[in-house]
Amino acid sequence: MELIDLTLIWIVIIGIGVFMYVLMDGFDLGVGILFPFAPDDRARDEMMQSVAPVWDGNETWLILGGAGLLAAFPMVYAVFLPALYIGVFLLLAGLIFRGVAFEFRFKSGSESRHWWDRSFFGGSTVAAFAQGAVAGAYIQGFEVEGFSYVGGPLDWLTPFTLMTGLGVVAGYALLGITWTILKTEGSTRDWAYRIAPKLLAAVMAFFVIVSIWTPLASEHVRERWFDHVTALWIFPLLTVLTAAWIFNKLRKRSDAVPFIGSMTLFALFYIGLLISMWPYAVPPEHTFWDAASDPGSQLFLLLGVLFLIPIILGYTAWTYWVFRGKVKAGEGYAGH
Amino acid sequence: MELDPLLLSRIQFAFVVSFHAIFPVFTIGLAAYIAVLEALYYRTDNPVWEKLSKFWTKVFALAFGMGVVSGIVMAFQFGTNWSTFSYASANFMGPILSYEVVTAFFLEATFLGVLLFGRDKVPKGAHLFSACMVALGTFISSFWILSANSWMQTPGGIELTDGIIEITSWTQAIFNSSLPYRFAHMALASFITGGFVVAGVSAWYLLKGRNPETSRKALKMSIVMLAIATPLQLVVGDMHGLNTFEEQPIKVAAMEGHWETQEGAPLILFAIPDSRNETNHLEIAIPKLGSLILTHSLDGEVTGLTSVPAEDRPPVGIVFWSFRIMVGIGLIFIVISLASAWQLWRGRLEDSPRLLKALTWMIPLPFVAVLAGWFVTEVGRQPWLIQDMMRLSEGITPSITGGMVLVTLIGYIAVYAVVFAAGLYYLRRVILAGPDPVEAASADESARPKRPWSAVSSGLEDEAAKARS
Repeated sequence: MELIDLTLIWIVIIGIGVFMYVLMDGFDLGVGILFPFAPDDRARDEMMQSVAPVWDGNETWLILGGAGLLAAFPMVYAVFLPALYIGVFLLLAGLIFRGVAFEFRFKSGSESRHWWDRSFFGGSTVAAFAQGAVAGAYIQGFEVEGFSYVGGPLDWLTPFTLMTGLGVVAGYALLGITWTILKTEGSTRDWAYRIAPKLLAAVMAFFVIVSIWTPLASEHVRERWFDHVTALWIFPLLTVLTAAWIFNKLRKRSDAVPFIGSMTLFALFYIGLLISMWPYAVPPEHTFWDAASDPGSQLFLLLGVLFLIPIILGYTAWTYWVFRGKVKAGEGYAGH
Repeated sequence: MELDPLLLSRIQFAFVVSFHAIFPVFTIGLAAYIAVLEALYYRTDNPVWEKLSKFWTKVFALAFGMGVVSGIVMAFQFGTNWSTFSYASANFMGPILSYEVVTAFFLEATFLGVLLFGRDKVPKGAHLFSACMVALGTFISSFWILSANSWMQTPGGIELTDGIIEITSWTQAIFNSSLPYRFAHMALASFITGGFVVAGVSAWYLLKGRNPETSRKALKMSIVMLAIATPLQLVVGDMHGLNTFEEQPIKVAAMEGHWETQEGAPLILFAIPDSRNETNHLEIAIPKLGSLILTHSLDGEVTGLTSVPAEDRPPVGIVFWSFRIMVGIGLIFIVISLASAWQLWRGRLEDSPRLLKALTWMIPLPFVAVLAGWFVTEVGRQPWLIQDMMRLSEGITPSITGGMVLVTLIGYIAVYAVVFAAGLYYLRRVILAGPDPVEAASADESARPKRPWSAVSSGLEDEAAKARS
């Protein structure tokens, strides 16, 4: 019997890491999803500049998620990735096209820039969709024998995961539009204020659909919601209150609150999902404890991570502080 | 026709990792160069250093961007195609790759934002610090990934129980026996790659009579570095080879084209290895020299490929020829570097158009040499995934089908072809545009908005902004 439950600590660390990724890459993927709907090129320039200095750091949380899962919960890594084989490819292809779009768009002339606008939009949308589908596939569960996935290549793609995928696209777009409100001014922000309430409505619609569908897609969730943890019902209530708060502040043209509110919405969805699925890492059978790596390996990495994550958060916060305030067209990419 | 998922997965991994490898090997060296330029600018306030740093940072940003996106693929490739290997080796690979993320990836990705976009937003010292952190990040990253790779070549500090690897000593596992050699070899390769690109581009500018002030300085710096690094690489490479001879004698046998175990083995310069008949055709060899190099004795015993069963041997031809390509390019580098250094010392480098031209032609060669080197060490490890412990066929994902791998392989090739073509196109544009002239911001040839670096040019930026809106 271990004195400290390392696996529990790692659930918390990976949980926070994945959530950091969802929030941070969420808003910059969202900016990409919104790209073709921006009113003009100047707005697009401003939107891209607002995320250009930070997107790379944001995306690093995804790599930490991948590597951290391999280190702490190798079974999750070794089942999810084969099961989502085609979906992972789409995710990566999407991230490639949107990632290179930053540099290529900055360096292209007006004749080819629209190609990178499309690449940024398409890549961001596909990547967001794939992430939503992964979340849906996690709820659905996986066909596993021993520690290996034994299902088919497209088992993950169902009407339910299609819906969770679209839901995440809408959610990231909401994060992106409220980020745009925070980081821009003038006509770009006016446009964002017009779009944001519609996106909020779309996100709430997806929330309702997915919430009704989830207990139908997962027996485990059904039991949990209706038989055991009735306190869970506070989550829909908090979600509606948060949405009302965002809507109200959008009408009052608040700068920062809509973004904070949207992040709160994501936090509620995320915690709600984790509580519903607890303690399963590879549903329907395997818990986080089944999926864990050797305690020695968990401890070896934990010592470094406990020391390094605060430092990472520190210098990440510093760069956000350096690039604080509103972006101005033509300012960002001139220097390089 | 049955599609073999193992063969296709190997091709896919070779493709995505080769594509990825060319970017970090360049950016590790270039990041260090940019940090040096920023430090020089910080100390001297000479605008030449700033111009150079700005220019090479543009190149860096493009190469780094492509390296990042192709690197994310690598983080998932282990799980998608090699999940049994990932699961079995997770106790080691997981923490090592995670340490790479938390000690290196965050550092380089986060400070890159400040390096690229923060020049006017942070104090000069903080900008220099960011450049140093990016360089440090790229360097630390190579340490971890080479530790992981070296461990697959020369595993240590572990025991295998029920198909799962457990760690008995972290120090022995991380600092396994081939790591010091591989790390030194790769670090030098990065500096040499960065050095030849900077030297080649600068030489090209000088030949065209463009940007003489910046190009002269950049060329001089890179030639001095190359004149030290390229001969040193020969020594380090030899030490690396001796370690391989001790730890993975069959790989060396494939590199050298030795079929029979023999005393007083020759050094084979040219041959066409024939795996089926276990012999070489058209062999040109120097007697005894092979033994002398590997054992430091004319009659030393050198293990041959036939000492192990055929199914334990790597594909000989690829290893044999990749090795010769790498060494051949390395020798050309030494000649060119020393000749350039000699002319530089005599003060005649700029008046040696043939040498400058040769330097320009060198630009693609370090990339070829690095890939050839990786082919030697990776193909040379076959059929093992972890040397003498796990075969490739034991590491593959059980649920994978040939069709799935083929679809994604075609997908990756298509995506990378687009990205690579566009990347080269924009790199070419950046290099054709060249660094800003040192005198003043009098001519902005690209018509793109430039950040005001002094009061003189701020008016220009307003005009550019007006022109665009």
